[in-house]
Amino acid sequence: MELELIKNGTRIDGRKLDELRPIYAAVGVLKNANGSAMFKLGNTTAIAGVFGPRKVFPKHQEEAERAILRTKYNMAPFATTERNRPGTSRRSTEISMVTRQALTPLVFLDEFPKTAIDVHIEVLQADASTRCVGINAAALALADAGIPMRDLISSCSAGKVGEHTVLDVAGKEDTEGELDLPVAYYPRKKQITLLQMDGVTDSREVKEIIKLAVKGCEKIYDEQKKALRSKYKLEESE
Amino acid sequence: MIEIDPLLVREVIEDGKRVDGRPLDGYREVSIETNVVPSAEGSARVRLGDTEVLAGVKIDVGTPFGDTPDEGVLMVGTEFVPLASPEFESGPPGEEAVEVARVVDRAIRESKSIDVKKLCITPKEKVWMVYVDVDVLDDNGNLIDASSLAALAALMTAKMPVLNEDGRVDHDKKGTEPLPVTGRPLCTTFVKIGDKIIADPSSAEMHALDARLTVGTFEKDGHVKLCSMQKGGSMGLTLDEIDTIVKLAEQKGAELRKHIK
Amino acid sequence: MSERKLVIPGDFLGDGRAGHGAYEEDNNAFSACIGLAEEKNGMHFVIPLSGIYNPKRGDGVIGKIEDVAFSRWIVDVNSPYEAVLPLAEATEEFIDLTKNDMTKYFNFGDLIFVEISSVSQTKNVQLSMRNRKCRKLRGGRLIKVTPAKVPRIIGKAGSMVEMVKQMTNTQIVVGQNGIVWVKGDHEDIAMDVIALIERKSHVHGLTDHVRAYLEEKMKNAPKVEHKKDYREHDEQDDFDRGFEGGEEGDFQP
Repeated sequence: MELELIKNGTRIDGRKLDELRPIYAAVGVLKNANGSAMFKLGNTTAIAGVFGPRKVFPKHQEEAERAILRTKYNMAPFATTERNRPGTSRRSTEISMVTRQALTPLVFLDEFPKTAIDVHIEVLQADASTRCVGINAAALALADAGIPMRDLISSCSAGKVGEHTVLDVAGKEDTEGELDLPVAYYPRKKQITLLQMDGVTDSREVKEIIKLAVKGCEKIYDEQKKALRSKYKLEESE
Repeated sequence: MIEIDPLLVREVIEDGKRVDGRPLDGYREVSIETNVVPSAEGSARVRLGDTEVLAGVKIDVGTPFGDTPDEGVLMVGTEFVPLASPEFESGPPGEEAVEVARVVDRAIRESKSIDVKKLCITPKEKVWMVYVDVDVLDDNGNLIDASSLAALAALMTAKMPVLNEDGRVDHDKKGTEPLPVTGRPLCTTFVKIGDKIIADPSSAEMHALDARLTVGTFEKDGHVKLCSMQKGGSMGLTLDEIDTIVKLAEQKGAELRKHIK
Repeated sequence: MSERKLVIPGDFLGDGRAGHGAYEEDNNAFSACIGLAEEKNGMHFVIPLSGIYNPKRGDGVIGKIEDVAFSRWIVDVNSPYEAVLPLAEATEEFIDLTKNDMTKYFNFGDLIFVEISSVSQTKNVQLSMRNRKCRKLRGGRLIKVTPAKVPRIIGKAGSMVEMVKQMTNTQIVVGQNGIVWVKGDHEDIAMDVIALIERKSHVHGLTDHVRAYLEEKMKNAPKVEHKKDYREHDEQDDFDRGFEGGEEGDFQP
């Protein structure tokens, strides 16, 4: 199996072990949402829309001293090779939760007491790392909505294929690989705000895998910043 | 139940102590009772401090999933029963309950402690389905670790049911074949409060936490390996903090495993 | 407008204190939003290019009556926070509530130009019509813009909005909350131009660009028969607030 997936340090899609898939990021792609963005990592595509700060319904969820951040991750039925049933699942519930926890440290929730900031992530095409792509889009959408934030947050995953540590697992590497470790990173503070792992490893190796994922996040951070600036620069140059 | 103010918890931890007097890396007292539910194929009641959970294993025959025709099925669920805490509401599992179930499941599944290929009876037609359901009876913090202990104890003492001539489970007979479980996977949870890392958070500590990291470990060929990780909480963790927690997890996982023979 | 640098969340602004749109960490100021960075007396702040309206005391805003309660109206001011206009702040007349219906003064859906008199820490927003510029807005049309773009639409000392009013023969009231009210001969063109200013808000030489656009549009505009010059304040349109004198606020209507 390993011979198929990696040959002479090259992966089946031609990438090096520590190479990300091509990145695409665009900000302000929707008219209705207060802020929005689309993010792609190879074939994985997600679009995020942000509403708010706005009044909280149901009212009992309101917090007197800060805004609440509500996040919903959803996969479109046509996003996967086999149609996936619409509606929430245990998986989407868990991903919504960890996504929210990844974004929360960055947002100045205290600025808007008694309101809700709603983040909706729709995965349009799934080829591994959907939660990472969702987070990348969500961070841009929050900034686009004018919601005050400390920084952007960047996310990607690293994994193991055979004995090799690889960055941004995709395609067959995802289905037949040994380990998947998605991470979300806050670059200036060097803090990790999302970390999950399935697979088998040891304490020494996991450190290396996390470091590799963090390197990937740093590259993604640069692309996110470019996309954010270019939405507004475009108007300036007219 | 006296409610402890999260601010008090933070102050105490800042001084390097804990409200209940434990050391920062100390686990509460563990007690495990197995075979407490005769109608289940396996069961265990675990107390971790004042947290109490009850896990039941039901094993039945069923059809395999389309993409794994020669594998048995393992499913882990949790019920946050309203009597366990004033914060639990009746209804379908909320995000916390879903997370506990999935994290406990992940450790068991990724460590391959249950060989699902061995659970195949007839490929594409008939396989063993193993259901682990954890009922939370009293939430006093760290439901993940308590549920993980209960699930493992229940699985390790579970007996395969007996099939009658029709190939269906004979509910009148009690099986004697154990369900094959290896590796003894367990989840260990640590939280960061301020700049301190503590093990096995109590309820008050769960309400005061900045970040949480659960690490699943198991035994393979005499070594301790990692099989799952899950970060929670609304603040970040640095690479060093993660490293510290991973090393603690290896140690504490081994200690907890001593409770399960 | 002076040269201002475009910044995004997390961008380093300089050492010093952080004001609106920025935050401090280890004695350094960082941007908290996408916007234009400014520095004044060692204080760094950022003018956001997007974002909802966060009510501020002294702002003149356009609101819609959302609810009529006992001795007060609840007003939607295009923010997540409810704003209250107490009866005493709407008129000095004594109104006997057992005989007179509050809706006689302001009814559901009415538009008003009103001042924010206070915003408490828990975001209770109080309104007042005492300022002479406050009034009911009848007829006309509304356009919603990003609140951050309002200064551009108004222009230096009102020059931009005045130009649009003159050239389209309309009344225009610009609320700090991003709601703009237009009424007059060429409402379509006025609204179109306001949307243009919003889109191109940080382009240099915008005033000339807008003037040229207006000239072009007005050349082909249909002629309108009217009896009066809409730029003059219509006496009949004024809600008789019963206030004598009152203060001239320094916000732009």
